[in-house]
Amino acid sequence: MLCIGWAGMAMAAPGGDPAVPSIFSPASTPADSVYHLSLFVLEVCFLIFIVVFGLLAYSVVKFRRRPDDDGREPAQIYGSNQVELAWTVIPILIVVVLFLATARVIHAVEDFRFPPNTTEITAVGHQFWWEFQYPQQGFITANELHVPVSDVKTPTPTHITLLSADTDHSFWVPILAGKTDLIPNRTNSMWIDPHETGVYVGQCAQYCGTQHAKMLLRVIVQSREDFNRWLAEQQRPAENADNVAKGRQVFETTACVNCHTVAGTNAHGKFGPDLTHLMSRGTIAAGAALNSRENLRQWIKDPEVFKPGSLMPAMQLDDQDLNAVTDYLLSLH
Amino acid sequence: MLVTAPARAATRPLFDQLHDWITTVDHKRLGILYIGYALVFLVIGGIEATIMRIQLAIPHNHFVSPQVFNRMFTMHGTTMIFFVAMPVVFGFANYLAPLMVGARDMAFPRLNAFSFWMSALGGIILYFSFFGGSGLYGAGSAPDVGWFAYAPLTAQAFSPGHSTDYWTIGLLVSGVGSIGTALNIVATILCMRCPGMTLGRMPMFAWLNLVMAGLVLVVVSPLTAAQIMLMLDRYLGAHFFDTQAGGSAVIWMHFFWIFGHPEVYVLVIPAFAFLSEIVPVFSRKAIFGYSIMVAATLTIGFLSLGVWAHHMFTIGMTSYGNAFFVGSTMAISVPTGIKIFNWLGTMWGGKIIFKTPMLFCIGFLFQFLIAGLTGIMLAAAPFNWQLSGSYFVVAHFHYVIVGGILFALFGAFYYWFPKMMGKMLDETLGKWHFWLFVIGFHLTFDFMHIPGILGMPRRIYTYEPGRGWETLNIIVSIGVVFQAAAILIFVFNMIWSYFKGKAAGNDPWDAWTLEWATASPPPDYNFATIPAVRSRRPLWDLKHPEDPDWKYE
Repeated sequence: MLCIGWAGMAMAAPGGDPAVPSIFSPASTPADSVYHLSLFVLEVCFLIFIVVFGLLAYSVVKFRRRPDDDGREPAQIYGSNQVELAWTVIPILIVVVLFLATARVIHAVEDFRFPPNTTEITAVGHQFWWEFQYPQQGFITANELHVPVSDVKTPTPTHITLLSADTDHSFWVPILAGKTDLIPNRTNSMWIDPHETGVYVGQCAQYCGTQHAKMLLRVIVQSREDFNRWLAEQQRPAENADNVAKGRQVFETTACVNCHTVAGTNAHGKFGPDLTHLMSRGTIAAGAALNSRENLRQWIKDPEVFKPGSLMPAMQLDDQDLNAVTDYLLSLH
Repeated sequence: MLVTAPARAATRPLFDQLHDWITTVDHKRLGILYIGYALVFLVIGGIEATIMRIQLAIPHNHFVSPQVFNRMFTMHGTTMIFFVAMPVVFGFANYLAPLMVGARDMAFPRLNAFSFWMSALGGIILYFSFFGGSGLYGAGSAPDVGWFAYAPLTAQAFSPGHSTDYWTIGLLVSGVGSIGTALNIVATILCMRCPGMTLGRMPMFAWLNLVMAGLVLVVVSPLTAAQIMLMLDRYLGAHFFDTQAGGSAVIWMHFFWIFGHPEVYVLVIPAFAFLSEIVPVFSRKAIFGYSIMVAATLTIGFLSLGVWAHHMFTIGMTSYGNAFFVGSTMAISVPTGIKIFNWLGTMWGGKIIFKTPMLFCIGFLFQFLIAGLTGIMLAAAPFNWQLSGSYFVVAHFHYVIVGGILFALFGAFYYWFPKMMGKMLDETLGKWHFWLFVIGFHLTFDFMHIPGILGMPRRIYTYEPGRGWETLNIIVSIGVVFQAAAILIFVFNMIWSYFKGKAAGNDPWDAWTLEWATASPPPDYNFATIPAVRSRRPLWDLKHPEDPDWKYE
């Protein structure tokens, strides 16, 4: 049974499906350092397992009472100091080696010196979504983190400051790095330097309340040019198309503005995601649904359908207003 | 020294019997109360686990709502630790420690009764939250903050209503009971030993329970303190953990885990105690390296107080802080390894008898080995950054608690049931129980490691298809069916054997410690005359006058 388990773990090894966020297919230096350490630890543990399991299996088979037993008690051995010494000293040596190998990786990841071209991002955890601030560029987005790809020779890492607005959360994108918690009233940080472009999935890994399960996370790693283009788009003010003026008017005169921001309007709320460029995101509700017209409309109508326990209330709009607001949001490219 | 059972008094009216049980101060009755109480909660906690596994069997399942799921994992964890594992180890210690040290009762029989009823009240208060938790409309019933209840999720702002208060008060009250019992066990083992039983001649069981009880005294106090602080936060406007007013979420983590990690040893050391009695008897050899085993136990007890922050590798400690806790955590694997090797040394050269208690002990050795190795993986902080909070951790600690502690407990049930009830448990049913449970355990918990490696966090009520988690989760859920069947067989076996089982006699296993020197079940006064011992195995000396232990110790 255990062999099946180990085989399963081996199958999860590098080269797997990119949709599977396996810790054994790293694509960033922190995840890679952890991966190499984990292989070493697994090898040592496997050797220990073979030896001790071998002794256990041998004892159970060899020293079982036979059917032709004479009924006498076996020789009573009370112990042996030499043997005790051996099985004390050898484990101590193994522990020392494991400790040193571990300490080295802790130092390499935690005490990393950042080059000057590091991208700075602040991630703020909310019940149950992610806020991403780009302080160098001065805009805020949500749930889908865009970072530049990093070259192995001239790394351009991304440093992420981690904060929380309410309860504890944890930032975990297994392919890029181990997790680090977002704790209110405390500043944490982590870093990634993804080696390849693509979309990397993860999710909140510290129980944070009712919808902890649907606090999903996507990291979109882009080439430098694509990333710069995306930055430029995000810095623009919100679209203000005439054909959705009705929807905009509904949006600005309902409770929407209490929680959401749309740059350049009277919507300055901070409790919910910034909607200035909502349509540049592939998902809504922290990854709970794809960002399509029907889903968006359903989400405004009744968030409980996708995320029961979400803090967004159902807006109680009539169909006409609902359609108008949906159209307005669809215009926020 | 040998006595026979006195003729049982004629059947008394049911009300009188009930009155006897409720007012009893007899350590054996209180032990059975503790164990029975734990078994009831084991079934309740098991039902909660089953509900979770049905929900997670397939992606996007709608079997329960997220709110109900969150209550289930909170209640499952709290119940299994505080109202199953702790009472059951206290129950065995209560029943057996006085018998093994040749005493007629615990040091403080009334404190013993008080402690049991406090613990029992704690569980009842926790479960009353299902009825009384909705202090506000829509605030929900049972607590849903997770069994380690991280701040500030427990603050009034995030947990309105009373469910968190029931959790807090339930643990506070049961904590008072735990401290009382721990005090009692320490006092009994240190002060109530029969003539000749020096510390160096105590059965391993007594040593291990002494260390367990000592740990409880040290570690339940911070938890109790933290519960009081949390109540002050919630009702009197204190700000210990209130992050919005400058409090610290991290301080709660420290308070909780300085309790929470030694707690693992509070539970596993009694499991070691069962192994250290059962393995020698069924290998027909004295325990190998008695004094080293005692030393390793004391070392584990001591080191366990300095490893708590390995539950907190992801909170952003400095590299030095992380390295310290890597070192202390890995160090604890050395004395733990020594214990495993000494049990193997005990089996080595013996004549192993594969009765049900021994089967469960061999299961323990196999599974505890793997649990220890996944523990080393988790101790390597960077590896932990990936594995922490994932299903790998859930699999790991269930390997310890189910694969280790529960297997040892089942072994203990089969071994000491004859002493407690005077009837043997049925061997055939016992073997069915063992093998079904082994299959169910491995289906569930072997395969549970892999979703964690594939990025599945714990405590999510549902998940998306396409992440490679579906097949594994359905296998994990199927394992529950086998485990549930095994538990049903076990419960049936106990009931059936109690009425129809073979009479046990004083010493059915041909064992060596003092509890087997008296009747099964023992009379109220345990021993007609207080025994005197000359070695660690008084009954061996009695049975082998030509080759007694005291010549060699």
